[in-house]
Amino acid sequence: MIAPCKNLPSNELIWDWLSAVPDPEIPVISVVDLGIVRGVSWEEDVLCVDITPTYSGCPATGVIALDIEMALLKKGLETVKIRSVLSPAWTTAWISEQGRRKLQDYGIVPPAEGDTCAGMISLTGAKAAKINCPRCDSSDIERISQFGSTPCKASYRCKNCREPFDYFKAL
Amino acid sequence: MKHTDQSRLQKYVLRLGDNGLILGQQVSAWCGHAPALEEDIAFANVALDLIGQATNWLNYAAQLSTEKTTADKLAFLRDEREFSNVLLVEYPNTDFAHSLMRQFLFDCWHYPMLQALSVSQDKTIADIAQKSIKEVAYHLERSTDLVIRLGGGTEESHKRMQDTLNVLWRFTGELCTADELDTHMMEGGIGPDLTAVDEVFQNHIQKVLPLAMLVLPETALMRSGGKAGIHSEAMGPLLAEMQYLQRAHPEASW
Repeated sequence: MIAPCKNLPSNELIWDWLSAVPDPEIPVISVVDLGIVRGVSWEEDVLCVDITPTYSGCPATGVIALDIEMALLKKGLETVKIRSVLSPAWTTAWISEQGRRKLQDYGIVPPAEGDTCAGMISLTGAKAAKINCPRCDSSDIERISQFGSTPCKASYRCKNCREPFDYFKAL
Repeated sequence: MKHTDQSRLQKYVLRLGDNGLILGQQVSAWCGHAPALEEDIAFANVALDLIGQATNWLNYAAQLSTEKTTADKLAFLRDEREFSNVLLVEYPNTDFAHSLMRQFLFDCWHYPMLQALSVSQDKTIADIAQKSIKEVAYHLERSTDLVIRLGGGTEESHKRMQDTLNVLWRFTGELCTADELDTHMMEGGIGPDLTAVDEVFQNHIQKVLPLAMLVLPETALMRSGGKAGIHSEAMGPLLAEMQYLQRAHPEASW
């Protein structure tokens, strides 16, 4: 028997659809911009989407999987399989240029190179990360805490404009 | 894989998971109670990372198990003697100084441990370790930073950090003392040489303590037993609280 011809959407189109799925915690950036989606492939007529968690315990991971599945089902796909892959481990280097820009515009400083902990810098001689206030661009800033409202962010304050802001930690 | 090898590997993976699970459970109790909002959020984040890592380890342990089980069942339906976490992580929260020092000592060991596990011959162990170590680098940074600040802070904060170091140091011997299973895993290229982990652990502590104006207690009778399932009296109440819901309402789910 000849299998019925199915019009499966192209991978390019699927990536386009996925690019419209926002991160539940930082909705200005998509799951693709964050580098969470690692691949799409077909098993017969089942679409498999490989995603990787940002932090091991990030509570958004489950919501992201559900959001992706819902978005694809809405586009008319019948069966979608979301697979979680641990390796290679997610890194903030996978955040796209567009994603970094969107974070910056939203008021979250994108990950910078270097260390952000004064204690460790003095202990290991690590290079200090260059972080500027996303509002007034001043470099006169201080870290309030290495941990913030979500696992991926640290809390900072600008000593020039006095506004608090989030920094997306390099991982 | 031979049956005995698989069951020993499962035991070893459980051991890795139990440390994160029990410490995560303890640290999560600070949520809403820490002395400052930032520390509250930080501890909650650390707990989240540890429980996330424990989920990965216990999922793998469930896969390796000869019986049909899940990470949740392993966490919530095992009895005290079946838990193989070290004694340090079950030490009660007591106060912020205790919880912070416990975290610092654990982080100093956890980081080099994961570094070594990142190159394990077992691919899944290496994957989980490579993922976890990035998070633990932040834990170590924070606890190091705070130990230095509080140790060198006021007279009161210094005293409390020194007192808690005196109490907790005796639980650190177990971290890097290999038992038969550790040795077996090292020989198979799956687990690290704990003497090498100990060296990194001691080095970091020796570097930090002078900056924190703290000193190690002159004598310490090292306690051990956790890896073998012989726990301290704190473990019973801890498990009673952690497992209450699944014991009272078996199979309950969201």
